[in-house]
Amino acid sequence: MFNALSDRLSATFKNLRGKGRLSEADVDAAVREIRTALLEADVSLPVVRGFCARVKERALGSEVSGALNPAQQVVKIVHEELVAVLGGETRRLRFAKHPPTVIMLVGLQGAGKTTLAGKLAKWLDGQDHRTLLVAADLQRPNAVDQLSVVAQRAGVGVYAPQPGNGVGDPVTVARDSLVYAKDNAYDVVIVDTAGRLAIDEELMAQARGIRDAVEPNEVLFVVDAMIGQDAVNTALSFEEGVGFDGVVLTKLDGDARGGAALSVREVTGRPVMFASTGEKLDEFEQFHPDRMASRILDMGDMLTLIETAEKAFDEKQAAEIARKFEAGDDFTLDDFLQQMQAMKKMGSLTKLMGMMPGMGEVKKQLEQVDDRDIDRIAAIIQSMTPQERTNSKIIDGSRRARIAKGSGVQVSEVNNLLTRFVEAQKMMKQVGRGGGMPGIPGMPGMGGSKKSRGKQASGGKKSKKGRSGNPAKRAAQEAAAANPPAAAPGSGLFGAGAGAGVAPPSLDDLPSEFQQLVADTDKK
Amino acid sequence: MDSVALYIGIAVAIVLVAVVVLVALVRGKSKASPPPVTGAPSEADSTTIEAPPSRGLDPDVSDAVADDTAIAVLDRPEAPAGRLTRLRSRLARSNKLGQGLLALLSRGDLTEDTWDEIEETLLTSDLGVGPTTELMEQLRTEIKVQGNSDPAKVREFLRQDLLGLVDPTLDRSLATQRNAQLEVPAVVMVVGVNGTGKTTTTGKLARLLVAEDEDVVLGAADTFRAAAAEQLSTWGERVGVPVVRGPEGSDPASVAFEAVSAGIEGDSDCVLIDTAGRLHTKVGLMDELGKVKRVIEKKAPVTEVLLVLDATTGQNGLVQARVFADVVNITGVVLTKLDGTAKGGIVVAVQRELGVPVKLVGLGEGPDDLAPFDPETFVDALLG
Repeated sequence: MFNALSDRLSATFKNLRGKGRLSEADVDAAVREIRTALLEADVSLPVVRGFCARVKERALGSEVSGALNPAQQVVKIVHEELVAVLGGETRRLRFAKHPPTVIMLVGLQGAGKTTLAGKLAKWLDGQDHRTLLVAADLQRPNAVDQLSVVAQRAGVGVYAPQPGNGVGDPVTVARDSLVYAKDNAYDVVIVDTAGRLAIDEELMAQARGIRDAVEPNEVLFVVDAMIGQDAVNTALSFEEGVGFDGVVLTKLDGDARGGAALSVREVTGRPVMFASTGEKLDEFEQFHPDRMASRILDMGDMLTLIETAEKAFDEKQAAEIARKFEAGDDFTLDDFLQQMQAMKKMGSLTKLMGMMPGMGEVKKQLEQVDDRDIDRIAAIIQSMTPQERTNSKIIDGSRRARIAKGSGVQVSEVNNLLTRFVEAQKMMKQVGRGGGMPGIPGMPGMGGSKKSRGKQASGGKKSKKGRSGNPAKRAAQEAAAANPPAAAPGSGLFGAGAGAGVAPPSLDDLPSEFQQLVADTDKK
Repeated sequence: MDSVALYIGIAVAIVLVAVVVLVALVRGKSKASPPPVTGAPSEADSTTIEAPPSRGLDPDVSDAVADDTAIAVLDRPEAPAGRLTRLRSRLARSNKLGQGLLALLSRGDLTEDTWDEIEETLLTSDLGVGPTTELMEQLRTEIKVQGNSDPAKVREFLRQDLLGLVDPTLDRSLATQRNAQLEVPAVVMVVGVNGTGKTTTTGKLARLLVAEDEDVVLGAADTFRAAAAEQLSTWGERVGVPVVRGPEGSDPASVAFEAVSAGIEGDSDCVLIDTAGRLHTKVGLMDELGKVKRVIEKKAPVTEVLLVLDATTGQNGLVQARVFADVVNITGVVLTKLDGTAKGGIVVAVQRELGVPVKLVGLGEGPDDLAPFDPETFVDALLG
């Protein structure tokens, strides 16, 4: 999500990082880079202008003279401005005092309204609402059928009295649906309307007709994350034509830079409420501006990751893993298998990786990884005896041959898995030793991974280095974690960098992102 | 708070381990054994392994050829020639790029502010930073050399520049004629990301070909999206074109194969294959698309692969085109929804970078609002 944009900005700041002080020329250069990056990310021009002006003003202003390294300062400013543009806070759906709550979806053709209707319905269904989908798209051939199928998949009700394909009046359908909803005790009604162009006055009038007939509590504007400069025009026309209360960003699982989110938010002032991230009905989440801004800056989206992890593990499992870390016990193939399976519950690996900070480059390679590879690994491990699983050292040639046979793979794959597993085992040990688990777990591990990422890119082999080799950095992290930046989140963001002014210049910026992370979790 | 920290650690650790193992594993694997090239759909087992689980694993496709020629009343589609001229007004109405530039350039004094406005006009049409800078340079030079006092002259060189952008020298003909040598129909695949209008384009293209008296077969290889096959059938019924379809969730390659077989048996001129929308970042789905093409080519060569691009698409369009070109070697672009306010500037970058011409433009919701792309008419329409 947004990877390309964060890549650009990271590159910009890599250039800035080496310098001690920012001259006006430096700021100009950085701002020019930001401008190009944003334009190429499809953020619309007026928004880019305003954004760059604000960043420049603040970067040149007195703030730069503070304790922070100037490059970090610019990152911080860009980050804050991004958060400001993206909405600053999370908004939730408004429900009607007297059901049914009516949600109406509008947008261009092909933005993904019908699919989204299904996702939204399923999501609401999971929150104990009885949801009804209303087929008011009578324009596109077989849109009604599509919605019916989607409703069936989502396990929610559908109201589709008209066959569609140009037959029937969508306004009447919408109006009747309310009566139907009341009679059948549905408490949320989602009206799927036909896609329309911003300049099509006739269809826009029809949309107004539907709106007036059902008096929706929320009108959601569905927009494709791939949309270009036209996002602003489109959003404004829909705002004028029908009016909307919130925005849903779809197809965010592609590599579009998603500048539309910034543009639409800035121009209409309407918050982005949901993000749709895949073809399956559950690939749908609430949009979190603060998280998204961190993501843009390649800081990852740890909060979502944690939330998913919480769903996937029960507390006992978590405690057990934590104990193992602390005790420095051997990480066995059994543990590995268990974690793999838990991870599968959390969703696709690529998506998880997208939430991790500093993973932009690894992600490319991960795109080749199929989730079914996890199944294959599971098969290999499950073909081992319990003894082999606890002590992988005993697995000799003939055992390998047997395991390969049992799991239907080549012996080389078993070898491969075992080699990698030994590396992973070492890594886990180091994480355990260096981690001080309950304090700030994982951070040293991450430091290591970021470094190894570089090696991996060049040498083609993943390093097994597990933690930061720099004690100063660890100390700084621990200090920051122990003393969360509740009072001054701003300085907390880059506190490590500031505190580590003495640190060698090779210190990369990852720990600071974790400061941010800890700050976020604290606030939470 | 403690438990939150705990989860962070666990999540991080697990994902890390997974990365170490999986990335290495995949790399090792790809070295060890090249990806298996799957054959015809009869090899049901290998087929199921290739297909991602969400796309269903049902190997046997009971194709139903819906031959609707019996229906008496058929639409008579409009002939392709002159379509773009008819749609010219629609293009001119919504697309202010040409007129805007013309107005700006014809102003007496060209101050830096005016140049800024010109740049803005270009950038907001999704032309991208590169081509914009280039065109700006070109215009500056021309203004210096020729002056901008004579509006007719300004119009002429602006026309030339815009024509240069859309490159009139590219071959824009559609290869839809029957291959007499091999005695097989031409095969056209329609590909693209979700929601750009592939199915609609396939339907409209069928009408276009019917208007040229070609014998067409449609293949509904979008077996993923709910009701996509029905949508295509509706298009087919209107002009009496048979549609080959499989059950939802079946292997698209096998549907495409059946469609081409039906085309060969029926001595058709052209087989149009509609494929499911797929984001170019989904490696599994792109592999699936490559497979559809390979499987078709067991029967007949694919003569045309059309990438459908939405005119509202921004700079991501180039990435899409590049990936699709890698996988299925696209031969043409269809630019849809150009009747809105979007200007579709992204095709300039696509044409340049990949040398793939725009062959068709979609200019409205009417069934005959798909026109062959003609650079001169197009630019003239832009300039109003």
